[in-house]
Amino acid sequence: MTIKTFALPLAASLATALTLAGGDANAQSNAMEKCFGISPAGQNDCAAGPGTSCAGSSTVDYQGNAWTLVAAGTCADIELPAMADGTARVGSLEELDRDLPPA
Amino acid sequence: MLPDSHSATERAFHAALRAADPPAGLTAPDPSEIALRFKVYRNNVQASLTRALAAAFPVTEQLVGAEFFAALARVFIATSPPRSPVLLHWGADFAAFLAQFPPVTHLPYLPDVARLEHLRGQATHAADAMPVAPDALRTDTPEALRLMLHPSVALFTAPMPAVQIWRAHQPDARRAPLTAGPDHALVARRPDFRVIIEPLDTDTHAVLTALRQGDTLGTAAHHGDPTPALTLLLRHELIIATGGPE
Amino acid sequence: MRPLPRTPGLSFKPEHFRDIMAAPSAVGFFEVHAENYMGEGGAAHAMLNALHADHALSIHGVGLSIGGAGALCRDHLARLRKLIDRYQPQSFSEHLAWSSHGAEWLNDLLPLPYTDETLATICTHIDHVQDVLGRRMLLENPATYVTFAASTWSETDFLTEITRRTGCGLLLDVNNVFVSATNHRFDARAYLAAFPLEAVGEIHLAGHDCEELPSGPLLIDTHGAQVANPVWTLYAEVLARTGPLPTLIEWDTDVPDFATLLAEARRAYSLLEHAAIGQPHAA
Repeated sequence: MTIKTFALPLAASLATALTLAGGDANAQSNAMEKCFGISPAGQNDCAAGPGTSCAGSSTVDYQGNAWTLVAAGTCADIELPAMADGTARVGSLEELDRDLPPA
Repeated sequence: MLPDSHSATERAFHAALRAADPPAGLTAPDPSEIALRFKVYRNNVQASLTRALAAAFPVTEQLVGAEFFAALARVFIATSPPRSPVLLHWGADFAAFLAQFPPVTHLPYLPDVARLEHLRGQATHAADAMPVAPDALRTDTPEALRLMLHPSVALFTAPMPAVQIWRAHQPDARRAPLTAGPDHALVARRPDFRVIIEPLDTDTHAVLTALRQGDTLGTAAHHGDPTPALTLLLRHELIIATGGPE
Repeated sequence: MRPLPRTPGLSFKPEHFRDIMAAPSAVGFFEVHAENYMGEGGAAHAMLNALHADHALSIHGVGLSIGGAGALCRDHLARLRKLIDRYQPQSFSEHLAWSSHGAEWLNDLLPLPYTDETLATICTHIDHVQDVLGRRMLLENPATYVTFAASTWSETDFLTEITRRTGCGLLLDVNNVFVSATNHRFDARAYLAAFPLEAVGEIHLAGHDCEELPSGPLLIDTHGAQVANPVWTLYAEVLARTGPLPTLIEWDTDVPDFATLLAEARRAYSLLEHAAIGQPHAA
């Protein structure tokens, strides 16, 4: 790593960045319109985020110990590559020690 | 304290939200149904907080499945309940919780994915600021240039391929084999309100980290070629002020 | 401050923003939950700004815990003050309920006994809110699933006394009346006959779910369905006494497309028109 700074490469770097980004810059006009044009259903970047609700629900009974469960989402599809140190880090759904922290 | 005082009633009701039996002092037309009726409140508290957590951590939920997530949320809510009615900021310690939660220790990337999702949520609601015109970067002394970045800008790094896993769970994502971590990303909100998670190489992450903490372009360039970092900042309009030497 | 228009209003959901902007005159006002707009910036505020430019706005708090035993959270009151100063909404309302305990936020509207003690506490809280916000607030009647042996006041007398002591107005949620009446086996019409309608500044209508207990139905206030027919009937009966009032269709879970909400708003509109004809001086 060099300590010396080269003015000319930095100027070139800036110029390159300005050129590369030029096509997208000045896109602020109609920002709202753009925003709502690109928000895919179910993953709305413009959503207000998790909110509060006055609504009720009695359909889910959370009593009882739920830790007969195994994580069963898409984690089952993920195979981690070997890490830089060579250790294999493949995700596993083998039986787990289910000692729970005190709730 | 009288047993029927307001604060004692509230305390007993609150305690019963996490207990098997309803509090004393409730009535219903058929008193044998008080427990069934109280259950609505107990479930509302759990279900509404679980929904709020799932909305903030949608990929984490996908990774473990909704049923598992709801059960996990129950433990998290008991350990780290929200401390404010503003739920936009809740979950800052969710990643740390996952990292020490035995039933998910076989998913070493899960805390990092949750941390990335929290940054994404914070970027969504970060303060507004107008970007500068690109011309503001034209200078005769680029080495002395300092950039002030948008308040939503955050830099993420994880030993696991958490950014790749997050991207693979976006709509229309193509599934590709993961490459080994570490993963880096720029998290920020564009002027059109789209929150971006841009994967970064190690050098660009270091350059952006330096720029974000106020280093000059000259200093930041010690970490690598600043061109990709500058291109990203300009393309997504994340520079809100420029300055020279202090 | 101009009041809310005596028209139908809708809960604002971000996914409807484009539809709303495309037909800006269809709805008289929009209502939002205050706590969803307490982030610093971003699309939420941009949309609310754009919405409020064309429509009256009601800010409906769910976070103050007015029915709680402890003092109101000063930080939260300050956030509300900031939000209300920023948007100058036509109305601010909150609930006769509690939702936090100590520092813990429970995210549900929980019930309380109606006693001299809770009455005094709630009136102190409402005085505090109205002082800090510098405006009159509306308090909403709750939907409940249990009642308290310690209660010495009826809910309607309790609400009447709160308005008398604090000068606050009321938000009459007709669905909540129907839900509570069904759940506690009392007559919704008798409740409404005793309700201080002169204090009502806004009406809420919403959908509910029904469960069966051994003794009969238990209605759950889900805000996740169309307004039920008996609730429309009660609403029309209220309007016959009050004339037109600002009327919100609330829909917060399983939110449908905007056209479905508009259909509900149109149904309210026809009843409001009918009420205006019946009471020409009310408008």
